[in-house]
Amino acid sequence: MAGNKTKDVLFNPIIHNNPIALQVLGICSALAVTTRLDKSLTMCLAVIFVCAMANASVALIRNKIPNSIRIIVQMTIIASLVIVVDQVLQAVAYGLSKELSVFVGLIITNCIIMGRAEGFAMQNTVKDSFIDGIGNGLGYSMILLVVGFFRELFGSGKLFGFTVLPESIYQPNGLMLLPPSAFFIIGFMIWAIRAYDREQVEHDDSGIGHNHAH
Amino acid sequence: MQFFELFMRAAFVENLALVYFLGMCTFLAVSKNVKTALGLGAAVIVVQGITVPLNNLIYDLFLRKGSLVLGQYNLEFLGLICYIGVIAAAVQILEMTLDRFFPALFNALGIFLPLITVNCAILGGTLFMVQNKYTFVESVTYGIGSGFGWALAIAALAGIREKLRYSNVPEGLRGLGITFMVVGLMALAFMAFNGI
Repeated sequence: MAGNKTKDVLFNPIIHNNPIALQVLGICSALAVTTRLDKSLTMCLAVIFVCAMANASVALIRNKIPNSIRIIVQMTIIASLVIVVDQVLQAVAYGLSKELSVFVGLIITNCIIMGRAEGFAMQNTVKDSFIDGIGNGLGYSMILLVVGFFRELFGSGKLFGFTVLPESIYQPNGLMLLPPSAFFIIGFMIWAIRAYDREQVEHDDSGIGHNHAH
Repeated sequence: MQFFELFMRAAFVENLALVYFLGMCTFLAVSKNVKTALGLGAAVIVVQGITVPLNNLIYDLFLRKGSLVLGQYNLEFLGLICYIGVIAAAVQILEMTLDRFFPALFNALGIFLPLITVNCAILGGTLFMVQNKYTFVESVTYGIGSGFGWALAIAALAGIREKLRYSNVPEGLRGLGITFMVVGLMALAFMAFNGI
């Protein structure tokens, strides 16, 4: 039973409750780094680390945080973790950290991390929160890596910097490296996920009637 | 003239929402009708216009190596935590000031202000300012310009989404999917500004 729950917590966010595709969280800083796979992968690792550690830390002190200042406490924890990631990246892979530029810092305002700290870690145990953080980080990574894969493959004919499709076979499509294509790819991915899992289809709640009321 | 150029570049060529994908969460979530989108856009312009110059002062006076106050230390690694603190505090103060002196404006913007603290466009604006080493006056221009560009993009998207309700969208694409496609097309259109 316990094993089952852990599995659910870990794997649910990947397809059934994907933070990007279903909840529209955290795409802010994600799309700009997907022009190359190595950049995407670094970003994914950073987000998984920050998300898991932030969740665990928040869960650890969840009973001691006064309710009125909890957002600031969460933010401080997240910001400190991001600073650690940023410093490590600058020390280990300086070139990569220059290319990721501001987007490492922007992990702070990534709504997935804030959202999980507030929505999950505040009510759950340290272990569950840690696993939930990893799961959500993986859900985010999946989208990022798929987008990165298509953009690098079709945009420059390479994967991880190695030429896969030489120019004699495939003429690289520069559009894939430009911002609009990231939006299109995510749009198509959402379409695919929802065609596979029909429960996620949004129904026309609104309506048109509501619009006429004005 | 130089500032006009910077303003136009911040608003159009380097549009935070459509070129750098910043503030996407709110961008997609709050763009269902034009009126709320305009409210949020106005709030972003105001907050961006205040926090970018403020963070510029902090960076210049305290954090950077050889700064005026703490010149002997290189405190750049504390940047992120300072900026986010400044943003949270500035939003809080702005909220209280508006509540006290401009209740009408406060009621119009009210619910959006707290949301803005976690909007990546705001922190992104500050980080770009630091990266590009803007002076104080430039950072004022950049803050307002980038906020304006973001507001313009969300208002335009909200307008399109209102019209989209009348169209027959394939089932799986409804809602989020088609919105991504629309934003992609808008980004494509904004790329035309690159040539200016």
